[in-house]
Amino acid sequence: LGPTAPLRRAPRALRAALPAALALALIRAPAALADAFTPESGGSINANRIDSLYKVVLVVALIALVAIQGTLVYTLVRFRARRGALAAQTRGKRSLELSFSLGALVVVSVLAVITFAKAGGIEDPAASAGQPLRIDVNGQQYLWRYTYPDGTFSYHEMVVPVDTTVLLDVRSADVAHSWWIPRLGGKVDALPGYTNETWFRATEAGRVHEGQCAELCGRNHADMKASVRVVTQPQYEAWLAEQKSDIAEANKLAGQEAARRAEAAK
Amino acid sequence: VSATATAPAAAPAPEVAVEAVTIERDGWLRWLTSTDHKRIGVLYLYTTFVFFLLGGVEALLLRIQLGQAESTFLEPERFNQLFTLHGTTMLFLFVVPVMAGFANYLLPLMIGARGLAFPRLAAWSYWMLLFGGVALYGSVFFNPPEAGFTVFAPLSDDAFLPNAGVDAWVIALLMISLASLGSAINFIATLHHMRAPGMTWSRLPLFGWAVAAYSYVTLIATPVFLAALAMLLIDRKFDGAFFDPGQGGSAMLWQHLFWFYAHPAIYVLVLPAFGIVSEVLPVFARKPIFGYRAMVWATVSIASLGLLTWGSHMFAMPLNDTLRTIFTITALLAAVPAIVQICHWVATLWSGTIEARTALHFAAGMVSMLAIGIISGVFLAIFPVAWQLGDTYFLVAHLHYVLFGGAVLGVFAGLYYWFPKMSGRMLSEGLGKASFWTMLVGLNVTFLIGHSAGLSGMPRRIYEYPESAGWEGYNLISTIGSFVLALGIALTVWNVVRSVRRGSPAPPDPWHGNTLEWFTSSPPPLHNFDAIPVVSSAEPLADIRRALEGDGRAGA
Repeated sequence: LGPTAPLRRAPRALRAALPAALALALIRAPAALADAFTPESGGSINANRIDSLYKVVLVVALIALVAIQGTLVYTLVRFRARRGALAAQTRGKRSLELSFSLGALVVVSVLAVITFAKAGGIEDPAASAGQPLRIDVNGQQYLWRYTYPDGTFSYHEMVVPVDTTVLLDVRSADVAHSWWIPRLGGKVDALPGYTNETWFRATEAGRVHEGQCAELCGRNHADMKASVRVVTQPQYEAWLAEQKSDIAEANKLAGQEAARRAEAAK
Repeated sequence: VSATATAPAAAPAPEVAVEAVTIERDGWLRWLTSTDHKRIGVLYLYTTFVFFLLGGVEALLLRIQLGQAESTFLEPERFNQLFTLHGTTMLFLFVVPVMAGFANYLLPLMIGARGLAFPRLAAWSYWMLLFGGVALYGSVFFNPPEAGFTVFAPLSDDAFLPNAGVDAWVIALLMISLASLGSAINFIATLHHMRAPGMTWSRLPLFGWAVAAYSYVTLIATPVFLAALAMLLIDRKFDGAFFDPGQGGSAMLWQHLFWFYAHPAIYVLVLPAFGIVSEVLPVFARKPIFGYRAMVWATVSIASLGLLTWGSHMFAMPLNDTLRTIFTITALLAAVPAIVQICHWVATLWSGTIEARTALHFAAGMVSMLAIGIISGVFLAIFPVAWQLGDTYFLVAHLHYVLFGGAVLGVFAGLYYWFPKMSGRMLSEGLGKASFWTMLVGLNVTFLIGHSAGLSGMPRRIYEYPESAGWEGYNLISTIGSFVLALGIALTVWNVVRSVRRGSPAPPDPWHGNTLEWFTSSPPPLHNFDAIPVVSSAEPLADIRRALEGDGRAGA
């Protein structure tokens, strides 16, 4: 009938110090270890809004967690059996039972209200500095292809102008993939036969935001990387023109090669 | 207190519907031919624990691969096969059927019945489960499945995975699902028709309620899954087009059908573990369960809401806004009854006289870990947050707190609580407590840090990651934790082996239990009870004990 050794042996001071140390760590942590406690953000306004919604949930969750774990540990230590003692045989208490149910219901209702109040700003594309840019994102085992409005395309790395709202039409050419650049917002699945939509508006030129496919798509799923390079509007236009001429050049070479082959075959 | 000795004091009712108890064959043949619910229950428990150990070894291999960046320990193909086997094994060959194992053994005993309603169906269900497991592991000798336990279409189509791995998976799951449908029907019939005289629904032990919820959810959700499996097989083998967008099918249809079953399989079919904890806590707190009626309502609510929450796995899919709103609400509501149960468990312990036996350790540990799992689930119920955290190691951490923290610790509580009843031997308390603390530390070291890996952007199911990603520290900690966890489990395995060989004999009622399984000898005879008592409360054995003590005092 021996009570649990580790809990009994821990001196009272240590038991009191533990929550204090934990609280201190949590207060100090955000500065040093924000990454470990909050989702990636900082690249686009929708990612930042998800981050702030997450923080609301985190605060509620930590309060609930500390309350439950604290009460449980206190109960286990405080009400340890003593020789000859028998607990009062209470079978419940209506008011307390009601407060458990209603309390939990109120908390999740508040979270639901906050979620739906904030969801619009996360789902609906924000106003753009200039004309919004619509890019077609196509997942294929194991790479991403981006098609820009003028038909120019690129693989792996998407290039976008800063402060412009970028609307993404996410599709798949084969199996299910998931488009995810954590700092630019949540993931959106690329499902063959469907067009899924998301958006972002990059806040800072000169940054490259990394991400990768987030839905198992086959053996090289882990290598299906994606990145978004944010540039200024003139840089974007210059890149687009260069990419366009590169593609035209490559097509020309391919055409010549095909013609040469056809000639040789004759 | 043997059954015969207490019989007069307990004023037994006239015999209730005594169906013929089939006498077992002699020797090892009895293991193959038995229709006794207790022997079948033991077979279930042995079998599912073997699968649990296999799934554990797979998990360790996965953790070794992920312990360092750019590791080459496993090839990508092997890694995918291993996590597919790990998920399938742990969910469909351990968590779901181990509950059926406990229910097979305990349900008739707890409700004062001489057996299950359909003894042959019970045997059939067990053998279907075993051969389903054999079908899955048979694929190890050619091509194990590699599409994840979620086998999302169209990756699972023969166009992308032409080898027989997914076929083996489908055949295995067809058999396993039929097995669980068979046991669900059996438990429902038994619960409705074979309760002891006086045992109304409001006097049914909470484990019985949990098994009822488990069985009804199985009965509703499993046929949908069976249909989906048949459709997948038709797509793969007969060029069907249910899930093939190239021929007008829908890849999203698989998601709906799969999650309609798999969401309950993950979050509702763990309910018997909740039931186990609801039995263990009052016994060792020496105080009745706090708010029996509210606990029943919470159990029924978890089951009902669990059937309406499948879309919460599909927030990143092209789901329309209305469905996304509805599934966010149902997923948030689903947390309420779970939190209510946690509060009631703590209230049961509150001002009790707690005897800290190993079973209580595991039950209290379960309450604590499940609380983490339920609360981290709230993040994933909120769809914009789920867009960031879904399909990452945050989700992996969350579901392991529910499935390991909630289900497995609950199962271990049940094992330490009922092992004396099942085997007639006591387990070592010292080894048991060592096992508990090792597992608790291992569990938290492995999975708590997983939340951070997910928050830093690490998706699940990747076989490697570059050093520049900054995930190596998190993963190394997780890998170390997984070996601590394995050590904790090994201590219990050793405890069981040691006790089977030379454990001290168990009395009929070593813990002063509340329910009728403690009214008979350990292990119980083939016919369970010599006489079946009349039940007048939800703690019939406590009543009998009180009556006996009263008689003793009157006699003296």
